[in-house]
Amino acid sequence: MHKAACIIAARASQVGLRARNSRNSPVSLNKEQVQRIATLARLKLADEEAAETVQKLSRIVAFVDQLSQANTDNVTPMAHPLNASQRLRADVVTELDDRDHVQENAAAVQDGLYLVPKVIE
Amino acid sequence: MAQDLHLLTLTQIAASLRNGDFSACEITDLLLRRIEASDASLNAFITVTADQALATAKRADETRAAGKAGALNGLPLAHKDIFCTRDVLTSCGSHMLDNFVAPYDATVVERFANAGAVMLGKTNMDEFAMGSSNETSFFGPVHNPWDLERTPGGSSGGSSAAVAARLAPAATGTDTGGSIRQPAALTGTVGLKPTYGRVSRYGMIAFASSLDQAGVITRSAEDAALLLGVMAGFDARDSTCIDHPVPDYVAGLSTSLNGLRVGIVRQHFDAGLDGQTALAVKAALAVLEEQGAILSEVDLPNLDLSVPTYYVVAPAECSSNLSRFDGVRFGHRASDPKDLFDLYCRSRGEGFGAEVKRRIMTGTYVLSAGYYDAYYLKAQQVRQLIADDFRKAFADVDVIAGPTAPTPAFKLGDKTDDPITMYLNDIYTIGANLAGLPAISTPCGFVAGLPVGLHLVGPPWGEEALLRCAHQYQLQTDWHLACPEAYR
Amino acid sequence: MKPAWEVVIGLEVHTQLATRSKIFSGAATEYGAAPNTQACLVDLGYPGVLPVLNEEVVRMACKFGLAVNATVAERSVFARKNYFYPDLPKGYQISQYELPIVKHGELFIQGDDGSDKRIGITRAHLEEDAGKSIHEGLQQFSGIDLNRAGTPLLEIVSEPDLRSAKEAVAYMRKIHSIVRYLGISDGNMQEGSFRCDANVSVRPRGQDTLGTRAELKNLNSFRFVEKAINFEVQRQIELIEDGGTVVQETRLYDSDKDETRSMRSKEEANDYRYFPDPDLLPVEIEKSFIDSVRASLPELPDAKQQRFVNEYALKPDDADILTLSRALADYFEAAAAAGSASAQVVANWVLGDLAAALNRDGLEIENSRVTAADLAGLVDRIADDTISGKIAKEVFEIMWKRGGSESPTIPVPAGQLSLAGQIIKELDLEQISDTSAIEAVVDEVIAANPSQVADYQSGKEKLFGFFVGKVMQQTGGKANPGQVNAILKARLSK
Repeated sequence: MHKAACIIAARASQVGLRARNSRNSPVSLNKEQVQRIATLARLKLADEEAAETVQKLSRIVAFVDQLSQANTDNVTPMAHPLNASQRLRADVVTELDDRDHVQENAAAVQDGLYLVPKVIE
Repeated sequence: MAQDLHLLTLTQIAASLRNGDFSACEITDLLLRRIEASDASLNAFITVTADQALATAKRADETRAAGKAGALNGLPLAHKDIFCTRDVLTSCGSHMLDNFVAPYDATVVERFANAGAVMLGKTNMDEFAMGSSNETSFFGPVHNPWDLERTPGGSSGGSSAAVAARLAPAATGTDTGGSIRQPAALTGTVGLKPTYGRVSRYGMIAFASSLDQAGVITRSAEDAALLLGVMAGFDARDSTCIDHPVPDYVAGLSTSLNGLRVGIVRQHFDAGLDGQTALAVKAALAVLEEQGAILSEVDLPNLDLSVPTYYVVAPAECSSNLSRFDGVRFGHRASDPKDLFDLYCRSRGEGFGAEVKRRIMTGTYVLSAGYYDAYYLKAQQVRQLIADDFRKAFADVDVIAGPTAPTPAFKLGDKTDDPITMYLNDIYTIGANLAGLPAISTPCGFVAGLPVGLHLVGPPWGEEALLRCAHQYQLQTDWHLACPEAYR
Repeated sequence: MKPAWEVVIGLEVHTQLATRSKIFSGAATEYGAAPNTQACLVDLGYPGVLPVLNEEVVRMACKFGLAVNATVAERSVFARKNYFYPDLPKGYQISQYELPIVKHGELFIQGDDGSDKRIGITRAHLEEDAGKSIHEGLQQFSGIDLNRAGTPLLEIVSEPDLRSAKEAVAYMRKIHSIVRYLGISDGNMQEGSFRCDANVSVRPRGQDTLGTRAELKNLNSFRFVEKAINFEVQRQIELIEDGGTVVQETRLYDSDKDETRSMRSKEEANDYRYFPDPDLLPVEIEKSFIDSVRASLPELPDAKQQRFVNEYALKPDDADILTLSRALADYFEAAAAAGSASAQVVANWVLGDLAAALNRDGLEIENSRVTAADLAGLVDRIADDTISGKIAKEVFEIMWKRGGSESPTIPVPAGQLSLAGQIIKELDLEQISDTSAIEAVVDEVIAANPSQVADYQSGKEKLFGFFVGKVMQQTGGKANPGQVNAILKARLSK
């Protein structure tokens, strides 16, 4: 059994996404689940968007659910299509300061800092 | 000077520039005028870099006069707006990045520039490359030069339309599930997606990292070979790019197809494929056979699962890749956020279009607690099975041939209601992305006045065989020479 | 703490690796640069850029693994931990999840009962650090500085084998010592390059299952680790004894108030959606690489401690302290080699007057104002009876003030004289060992204090110290104390 999955499964209830327990049950998502996913993904959905999203996401999830038919016992999940491994770079400083140029794309900057609404810890 | 320079292929332009028939400035100027004239009808470009193009062309002419011309000196081309271009708007077809000026060049852009190519502009595309019809672009859909009511395909639809309408002899594209090959098929152009790791992804805005690969849309296999030779090769800035020798792709084109083993996948011709399209593809296979290719059937038993596999893996990766667009360092930022959460949710909610949001949400769902095993892990396992199927098939054949898309170009608006119908458009092309294989689409006929593409897939690093096969086919046929009437 | 409760602690130590460039980019890692000037496009999570792994980071993790007798994984995988936070530019942190680079290690500390205690190391994995949020002086905003983003971290996770705050500190010190020995981290706690989280729970003694734990975040000094754990243990016990239950949560230690408090805001609805990072490939480490790293390992604290006991005949406890830091051990060895006095005496000086002076001035041993050679010169003058131990302390203080033999305050005449020798000569501090001279002073003292002599001789032996004091006073403290004692004894018993 996949270790990550165990750990992740243990957290399922915390997020409120109910894991499937039956392969036969039709897969679909309700509005509340979709809202929870949107929150996790930090996406604000307009009201008219929300209903359509529930319907289309349910369609997609039901569609990809056909994967459950495949027999994947003892199959190693793919890491890289050509089974390559990670190459290492030498520990050398190659990047020079380009802050002012790069910060031209930022909407709010002060004294070289990127600004966000106050973060409360 | 001839009046129809725009009809020349890249290879022909290169020869003419060498001969001094015309200058880089002349051809660049001509194409810029064509782009401007067609803009209202096609919407193929998001940005036209006219001044920069003319300046580069002028430099290319000077370089040539000084006898120091690079491989692509003075050759005009367009870049898909997914490639970062220094100090030029790089929008990725999204409202999220409609104010984003990249501070650096993508490796592909840099390599073409170093070889002397002239960038005409940045082509329109589905938002963040998510789409098969170019209708998800924030900048509006691109129209197919063969029928303005139809799609030029997607996501590299701006590139395919620009090449088909002779606005640019070549354009770059990216292909995550068919985004180069399907638009090529739908516009009667040539689309090449190289082996995963053949071309650097550095500077190409990521959709699905393990599937994305840069390639080109051209009017001939010869042109694709010329460009691949420049863009391919190791890049230390991309860990997934592989250090593998780059052959002379152009030199490899002339070998005949005698003895080439071509595999046909039976399922490709089952229900779902338009009958007329099937006939065109079968006729193309007969041409290959006449040239000495040996046809045989191959079995890819898990291919049916390729679309669902793709629609787990790609959204999962995209949901994470697109998290960086948060309104802080670049991109759209919501006005007057009341707190951090609001800043994130509104910047992203406003900045991304509906399809991108759907994919982010699909990806978030399949990776979330309790679902990872059933979807993401499972999909990566099925992906391995699909790759194994291809591996076994390539023990017996050199290339696998079939249709690129199930139908010719459909009408804009026809498939926007149901995402699954749209997704199934990529049914023949997705396998190559899942397995990391090179593939090419070349024009092979018309159905009701709309182009049809022949799809060829090769084993890893099999670009030479694909290009040769397409080139030899093009020597026997003239489908690739057909030009939409309004753009002759 | 009531003995009915057993405390169970596991530590996660975050060690910043001392590389020149970041873990996945070529930006510099130096501390203290102006905001965002050491954050390149990769660190900023710019569209299109990609991570490439720093070789030195892999070597360092490998070193640590070998040093704690762990398995260095032939194949490890980087994963993305997805969550939104302003100091996390990509919206995910690249870390290792299922397949870390180091697993199943161990080290030994002195347990609460005084014996050697094995502490298991579950794993050590590589990850990138986040940036920093700055709240001061920006009104309704927070400012984000991403200079630290992408700095390499090795997160070392212990088994829940620690049973007290004291053991936790001993474990943390041991890790600190090892990473500094290996040269893989500067261990600087002020700059945040060595910090830890503690998982703390309590259970009735004798119970097998673990109690519910609280995770204490970001403890950046040994003292805070101890105080935070002690506070938390007390809180949990009191809570349970009052009929409450401990909730699994993240708590922040507030050093000003000396308490831990819940950080519920950050805990809310976290679902990290870990998956292998498709921009990075599995890291495969060949045996030859591991062998070359093994060959480059320095002598580690435990081995050095053992050697100091065997080779220098040091007390084991002294050897323990001397080997806590490689620099201190090197200093001791240099001093012991430079002089002819017994190594234990040198050790006493290093751990006594030298340690006190360093502590007083807030200096590290690397910046000691008395060099190892000068300390050896001083100790030798005691051994050869040139000065007494008491005078030596004065000489040491003068040496400390003058600051090393390179100091130009004394014109050094050519010759063999050590710095201590020069000071002794200059200030005329040489010990009086001439018997007749001491006898003369003793006689004077006896003659001048007849009543004390009578009292002493009638049994008030405590007065002996009075006579020693008088003799020392008259000789300016320079008389050889052994001789003074012997002569006084002889004269007074007459």
